[in-house]
Order: sequence, then structure tokens, then C-alpha cells
Amino acid sequence: MSDLNTLYQDVILDHSKRPRNFRAMANADHHAEGYNPLCGDKVTIYVNLVDDRIADISFQGSGCAISTSSASILTETLKGKTRAEAAALFESFHNLVTGQPVKPTAPALGKLAVFSGVSEFPVRVKCASLAWHTLRSALAGDPAVATTE
Amino acid sequence: MATTRNLVQVPAREAPAAGFDVRRIREDFPILKQRVHGKPLVYLDNAATSQKPQAVLDALMHFYLHDCANIHRGVYLLSERATQAHEDARVKLQHFLNAADPREIVYVRGATEGLNLVAQTYGRQHVGAGDEILITALEHHSNIVPWQILCQEKGARLRVAPINDRGELILDEFEKLMNDRTRLVSVAHVSNALGTINPVKRIVEMAHARNIPVAIDGAQAVPHMKVDVRALGCDFYAISGHKLFGPTGIGALYGKASLLESMPPYQGGGDMILSVTFEKTTYNHIPNKFEAGTPNIAGAIGWGAALDYLTAVGMENISSYEHALLAYATEAIGQIPGVRLIGTAREKAGVLSFMLEGVHPHDVGTVLDQEGIAVRTGHHCAQPVMARFGVPATVRASLAFYNTKQEINALAAGLERVKAMFA
Repeated sequence: MSDLNTLYQDVILDHSKRPRNFRAMANADHHAEGYNPLCGDKVTIYVNLVDDRIADISFQGSGCAISTSSASILTETLKGKTRAEAAALFESFHNLVTGQPVKPTAPALGKLAVFSGVSEFPVRVKCASLAWHTLRSALAGDPAVATTE
Repeated sequence: MATTRNLVQVPAREAPAAGFDVRRIREDFPILKQRVHGKPLVYLDNAATSQKPQAVLDALMHFYLHDCANIHRGVYLLSERATQAHEDARVKLQHFLNAADPREIVYVRGATEGLNLVAQTYGRQHVGAGDEILITALEHHSNIVPWQILCQEKGARLRVAPINDRGELILDEFEKLMNDRTRLVSVAHVSNALGTINPVKRIVEMAHARNIPVAIDGAQAVPHMKVDVRALGCDFYAISGHKLFGPTGIGALYGKASLLESMPPYQGGGDMILSVTFEKTTYNHIPNKFEAGTPNIAGAIGWGAALDYLTAVGMENISSYEHALLAYATEAIGQIPGVRLIGTAREKAGVLSFMLEGVHPHDVGTVLDQEGIAVRTGHHCAQPVMARFGVPATVRASLAFYNTKQEINALAAGLERVKAMFA
């Protein structure tokens, strides 16, 4: 059961049951929808940028514990960050969940490190990364629904 | 969300025949002996694909060790043996489905290709602008999308008969949807997502009373029950080998000979012709007319071995054993607080689909996997069914005749672990 406890850490379970920043943002200047066709997980990310900095960020959607907590922790982590900082964190996060070494020069993962267990569950990587792909679409202004495919 | 307790009422049937010994059956399936994450494998994803008995593995190995050659053309011994074994398997399929003639069995890749074949040949020949094709709300994507493609091409309309809250086809509504523009009815015999058994014999009677032919997606029926296409009276019946304890990549389409004769070919190529010049090609007779190219020879032969195995065990024995096992599983899983069964039809086969309150099906699946239990989580290629019940996905445990009550108990215990973890 040790692998499972690594995957479903308390922080992840907490965020999946009580997601933070779980609300629609009517006046968001960036938003995008993400969809994982394999499992039906859906997420919408809303962002307000002020001077290239994420002033406010929220999400809505439905999904498993991994995808919901990932979106929730994403919003907590990225509030106040610049676009460039968000992109760098995405790269580090992606390396973390796919079991690749995180660059020593990368920004500190902070709470995102609780997703380290995902790398032991390859089929769940897409659950963890859906919100991040969706965020990238939102910031890029991509009108297509983001997927992890 | 309140727990919905909606247990299936399963009518009593005869006990399994004395000759059916599940422990002996399991000995015939070597894959079942392994451990997964240190736990005995509990394989409950049989609606996705089934495991193969040793007899099938032996037949495949024998073919590749001794008889491997292309069929229908060599004058040498190996080709004769390969051709004979390939055609013997067709006869086995004929008997298994009780078709009138082996020429009524067309080899395809699986039920999906069988339904596409009907859509692209019979469908393109008979469906025009303003015509209708009638399916049900229970269908797998493979019995939806081929018809959508055809309807889009022809300007025809796809009609969908609704289901009730138990996941049963509403037969009155189905009947009302048939009209003088209906060119074909295509329905699942057994729903892959819910396990509902459709009253296909009654459906065929209703449709035939209006001179509408009926195609049946039988992929989920044949592993669980004796199917007699002549007793059903259906016009087409599509099945997959890999769900019927045979290899992947082989399936069969049954079609009435008179219909197959009248249909245009499906794909062009070798084996489906009698003669070819640049001016004119004469097509082969049925079923070869629909079998362009080198077929899955080994697959057909391996499948034939599976049919022999099933015949020896007895489909009636399999059916009654599984019926009792499904009733046991429905009771054992359905009574767990927080479990909501999705699909509680009075007539069901092989499938237990459910939600566990407060836990996403994928998380259930991951935890069960760590317990050695393989279930399917997701929409089961039946998104309209999921939408009908207002869920994005379910957990699906699907049974085969090698599953046991102990395995159901393991599933129940696994679900308790899930609950403890996510409480």
C-alpha cells in the first residue's frame, strides 16, 4: 500500500475534497476548457492577468482526486506568479510526474511536490497534468479545448 | 448524495450442472495464476476482453509451428492445412451461432468491423435521403458512429429509442419510432456498459412485421449465453473473437445468405474476386466477397479452438453459473453503503456497473489495482449511456465463467479499502 499512500497524500486528498479557488470567474480575461476524452475529466481554468502577473486564478470542473487536487494546488501556487514563472513551474511539474529529473535551476516546486507519487502510476499522469495543459491554453488564448493527448 | 439501493431481482434458475467446476475451469486459463502487486490477480474486465484458455494458445502455436501458409491459393500441403483449419473454424462458428450455412459467416476484425461492414454495404445500398436508422440509447459507440457516418453521407436520420431508469429499453417507444422510412434497426443484444439484455427476439418480430431488417451487436452476449441466430430471426449478428476467449483481431459477421448475396462488396483486393481485368472484375461468392486480403488466419484457427472449448464446457452451464455469480455480486456489492448500481435491468448478463459515493471511478480503479483487482473505469465507449444516468464514468466489474465468489468478495473488500482511504 506504500505506493498508494505516496500517490494519495493527505494534501492531495484534502484538496480533492475541498478544492481551493473552485469558482467561475465571470470577468476573467483568460480562460480555457480542458477535457480528457479517456476518462471524461473536465476542467475550466480562469485567469486574470495584471502586468503579465497572475492576479487571480480559479477553476471549475469534475474529475478524479488527482485531477481535482492538481487544479486546486495549481491555482494556489500560481497566484501572483508571472507567465514565465508559471511556464517554468509547468516544466518542473511535468518532469516530476513523468519521473524525469527536475532541473537544478528550476524554481522550487513547493506544495506541487506532493505529486511525486504520480510517476509510479503512468496512467494517472494525464489526470495530474490536465489542469496545467488547460492553463497553458488559457494563457495562449487558444480557443480549442485542451487535451492531454 | 443519498445511497440508492436498487438491487436487481434475479429470478431463480436451475443450479449449475454438476459437471461445472470453476476450479478446474481456472486451471485451463494460465494467465489467471499470476499475482499482481503481490496479490492474486482478480480479473473482472471481461467485457473489455476475455482471457484465453490453454487450448487457444496451443492452437496458435501449432499453426505457427506446423501449418503457417497463406490460404485459398497454395497447391502445397501447408497451404491446404492452413486453408482447411481456417474454414473448419468458420463451420465451428456456424454451429456455435446455429447459422444455416457456413457461407453466412464473414470473418472480420471484430464486432465493430462487422457493423461497419453492414453500414457500408447494405446501408449504402438501401439508405437514402430522408430515410431512418433506428438504434437504442444503450449502444456502444461501435453501434452509433458507423450509422452516423452513413446518415451524414446519405442525408438520413439516426433515431434513438430511449431507456428507463433501470437501463432497460422502453419497447413501446422503440416500436413507435419505426415507420415507413426506417431502413434498418441495429441494437445491442447485451449492453456493454450496463449488462442489460435487450429483448432482441421481440425486437426482430416487431421490425420484421414492418419489413425492416435487424442487425444485432452480439459482442457482449455470446460470452454469456447460447445464441441461436435462426431462433432470433435476425438478419445480421456481429461478434468479436477476443471477447469470446479467442485471439484479438478476429471477429465474425453473420448475415442471411440471401442478404449477403445481394450486397455489394466491402473492400476490394485479393481473395474477394473470381477474375480481374482492367475492364471488368467478377466478385467472388459469399462469404469471400467480403474478405479482401489475407485474413487473420491464426486468429480464426485460435478462435475455433475457443469455440470447441466452450462447447465442451457447455454454454448452458456457463450461462447458469454466471447468472448465479452475477446475482451474488449484485447482492454483495450492492449492499455496500455508498455504492449506487448503474443499470438494474431485470434481465442482465455479465456486468456490474456502479458508483462509489464521493470517490471518482478512476481513483477506485487505481486502489483496486493495488489489490490485484482489474476493473474498468470510464465511460466504456458508451458516453450517451453515461449521460443518460448523469455520471461521467462508472466502475465496471464484468464477469466471465472463470470468475468466483471469492473474487467478488475480494472486490467487496477492495471497495472497503477505497472507502477507508477516501473517507
